[in-house]
Amino acid sequence: MGMTMTQKILAAGAGLESVKSGQLIQSDCDVMLGNDITTPIAIKEFEKIGRDHVFDKSKIVIVPDHFTPNKDIKSAEQCRMIREFVRTKGIKNYFEVGEMGIEHVLLPEKGLVVPGEIVIGADSHTCTYGALGAFSTGIGSTDLAAGMATGKCWFKVPGAIKFVIDGRPSNFIMGKDVILHIIGLIGVDGSVNKAMEFCGEGLAFLSMDDRFTIANMAVEAGAKNGIFPVDEKTLTYVEAHSTKKYRIFEPDGDAEYDKHFRIDMSVLRPTVALPHSPGNAQPIDAIEDINIHQVVIGSCTNGRMEDMRMAARILKRKRVAKGVRVIIIPATQGIYLKALEEGLIETFIKAGAVVSTPTCGPCLGGHMGVLAKGERAVSTTNRNFVGRMGHRESEIYLASPAVAAASAITGRITNPEEMTN
Amino acid sequence: MKKGRVWKYGDNVNTDVIFPGKHTYSILEPEEMARHALEDLDPGFAQKVKPGDVIVAGRNFGCGSSREQAATCLKYAGVQAVVAKSFARIFFRNAINQGLPVLQSEEAVDSIEDGGEIEIDFKRGSIKTARGDFSFPPFPESVRGILEAGGLISYTKKKLEKNKERRY
Repeated sequence: MGMTMTQKILAAGAGLESVKSGQLIQSDCDVMLGNDITTPIAIKEFEKIGRDHVFDKSKIVIVPDHFTPNKDIKSAEQCRMIREFVRTKGIKNYFEVGEMGIEHVLLPEKGLVVPGEIVIGADSHTCTYGALGAFSTGIGSTDLAAGMATGKCWFKVPGAIKFVIDGRPSNFIMGKDVILHIIGLIGVDGSVNKAMEFCGEGLAFLSMDDRFTIANMAVEAGAKNGIFPVDEKTLTYVEAHSTKKYRIFEPDGDAEYDKHFRIDMSVLRPTVALPHSPGNAQPIDAIEDINIHQVVIGSCTNGRMEDMRMAARILKRKRVAKGVRVIIIPATQGIYLKALEEGLIETFIKAGAVVSTPTCGPCLGGHMGVLAKGERAVSTTNRNFVGRMGHRESEIYLASPAVAAASAITGRITNPEEMTN
Repeated sequence: MKKGRVWKYGDNVNTDVIFPGKHTYSILEPEEMARHALEDLDPGFAQKVKPGDVIVAGRNFGCGSSREQAATCLKYAGVQAVVAKSFARIFFRNAINQGLPVLQSEEAVDSIEDGGEIEIDFKRGSIKTARGDFSFPPFPESVRGILEAGGLISYTKKKLEKNKERRY
């Protein structure tokens, strides 16, 4: 029986000729990632192992991005603990405020992940790098601690669900609409412990930014990883960002998949996930008048260059609705600068939005836009669980930057197709 | 083997309601994490839970974030085990790594009422409720190794000591 793309990467990582679904393997890891909320716990666990050095100083990446720039003394203490660890262990890839960005946008941009690699990260959205044809998955802080000591991680080899993507999407359809539609289709446990493998002719219409968004939210369907084939777009991206050696894996022709789905992007509508689950996805046409108090455009899901450009395209020469707080967060310093050079930041400010330095802040109710009781937000982030962005009686509607920007102007959830410029 | 009270919840109990993200930066001590367990799902839980109690839930328990605090806060709140129809994978990993037993049994979950009594026999792999005995599948060998060592850290420590002569 043939192997899926994910299985082939895992077999190579474990030094095995083949692996099958359900098999437990120990694999080498090429990249291990931690952030400011998961690394401090990993450091405490690492210290219990009693090793004075990490297995490889160049394979560990630490990005303080959740509560940075530090919002109070406690978050500052956590970052100080990380800095001390980075210094004493000689970890090479640490990104301080000023050079950092939201981890899952930063790593590809810095060329730290390339096709065929095995990446673990103490953050559930580590699955983002599947867009590059890498196997990457979220793990816990203790896994990261053990990984930093040994360079290895245990995996249960996943089966896979195959998503054949067809059709040319219409003007305002983004990667976010594709993945929200898919999660609505299969449910938040539709892919538990499985790989989501994307293929099909429609991929030609999905940019790298779209693919990052799609792979990023694979975990919201419970997936172990989401993965895209390596094509010309991938290689153009990788060659522009990295000098690392990459390896292209393809699924075997006779690979077995647990399920198949066909997604026709030509009929896809702007899609919104209603509270309190990413699985409550609805086409925008089915949504009645819903007034909002806040809009967030950013995060590891949608803080990339194309997201900024889409938001600016809609907000250009417009004003945000009176009483609506609009917070736009370019995900990295690189994106922030480019948005500035392209005049997007000016568009945002003139429209009445605020623009922030890179941070995960509002997505997890941390800082930079926490919701009060009874408030409602349209957000381009990835989770709309109860209390996620603040008070447990607040509400989050997940959507693309196009829907979020259109909604910012009207003050209610709005179809971007209705906006004219 | 210990009897415990059942706290029963539904499907897709996520890590944000088990341990809110807003606390992840400020709380590093497990005992304090326990005081916030299930804060946004069942605000009374942390005060009322007793050592040996068991959480019983539907499908996809622990979905969402990779934050280990979700497993740690339950363990330090005294929760003996979580029995669910299915688990989200990172939560499952974190629980094993922390030594919090996570048991999968659809039948057991359906037969247990909130507030009822439950008895778990880890050696025999069985769950006893008022409505009968249910078995749960044994852990694979390598996972058992981690649990027997008392979690991933002591497991790794032992392995590294064994392999001291070669760089792992």
